[in-house]
Amino acid sequence: MMAKGNSSGADTQMSDREPTELEALLPFHAAGTLGLHDTRRVDAALASDPDLALQYKAIQDEYAETILLNESLGAPSVRAMQRLSAAIDAEPARKASAISNLVFRLGGFFSTLSARTLALAAIAGAVALLLQAGVIGALVKARLGDDFETASFQAQTSAGTFGLLRFAPNANIDEISQLLITYDATIISGPKAGMFRIKFGQKVLSKEDAAQLLARLQNEKIVNLAVAAE
Amino acid sequence: MQVLYGRHHVRVFRFSLRLVRNESIAEDLISEVFLDVWRQAGKFEGRSAVSTWLLAITRFKALSALRKRKDAELDDETAAAIEDTSDNPETAFVKKDKSKALQNCLTALSPDHREIVDLVYYHEKSVEEVAEIVGIPENTVKTRLFYARKKLAELLNAAGIERGWP
Repeated sequence: MMAKGNSSGADTQMSDREPTELEALLPFHAAGTLGLHDTRRVDAALASDPDLALQYKAIQDEYAETILLNESLGAPSVRAMQRLSAAIDAEPARKASAISNLVFRLGGFFSTLSARTLALAAIAGAVALLLQAGVIGALVKARLGDDFETASFQAQTSAGTFGLLRFAPNANIDEISQLLITYDATIISGPKAGMFRIKFGQKVLSKEDAAQLLARLQNEKIVNLAVAAE
Repeated sequence: MQVLYGRHHVRVFRFSLRLVRNESIAEDLISEVFLDVWRQAGKFEGRSAVSTWLLAITRFKALSALRKRKDAELDDETAAAIEDTSDNPETAFVKKDKSKALQNCLTALSPDHREIVDLVYYHEKSVEEVAEIVGIPENTVKTRLFYARKKLAELLNAAGIERGWP
């Protein structure tokens, strides 16, 4: 079903040198899609190789801008859903069980995992969800008080300086809380594509001041990425 | 189906829009992709994430749609895209807006490079998943992304934006 990728041109025209193994992994590290072993290898290399760290900074910019660019593309109109509904209605009745078959197969995939694997995955997933929800929920509540408005309401009606922040996977509640206090910051919403929308203080900072603030944040050890947002 | 559609249709739309560069065609592709899912759900083997499966179908449909278009039309669009490549970064340079320039240069990348950058950075796909979606070896995924990034750096340099790499 898949078309094979075109390997000519795209892969050779810039081939004045091949990337090193770790260099090639940097974008995947920035996107958080590496396994634990490779993540640690890249972390160690970044800590000891300034050139690699410089390249990683450029990658973080690319990563953030690619997200912003794609998010700016908007969403499809309802026409697409209507067209799909009409097409499905026109399908023979025997197709009706196809999606339930998909669900069944997804269930089958999970059933192939050992009980121990499944239990560990479930616990890890539950803990991650609880931690994320708990940490962010507690922080939002603590920063805004009991009678706060919804995050989207705040974001739309309040003046201030905004940014998008991605925390390091190992950041704990104390560290995140301390960072928010230090920067007089509030989590407004998220995570979206792994990033939280943050508001800094009540004033609108100049572009230069905002850039300096984000640069300082970027250097915090529990921050993976800090970029400006409107 | 509604849940599956609700969860994935925006990303499918954005991925196809970046490939075909036409909103109307991208919208048509969404219904085609999900109709295929409806028809082929029984063939889904659960070895990869649903989103990876959807993006692979989207890519196949988008490339087919591009092939169906007349050569002349494609040439016009290619020419327009090339023109954009040189103009947009320059415009952004005048405005000294690094963010805009970077986004314009990301748009100006070749389809192969644009695709791999989007899959890794926006769709947050791993090396293995990108290899499955694009249909290339895992090592090619890594090197193609590296060359895409070098091309991006070249475009930025041409626009007067220096980032310290390469």
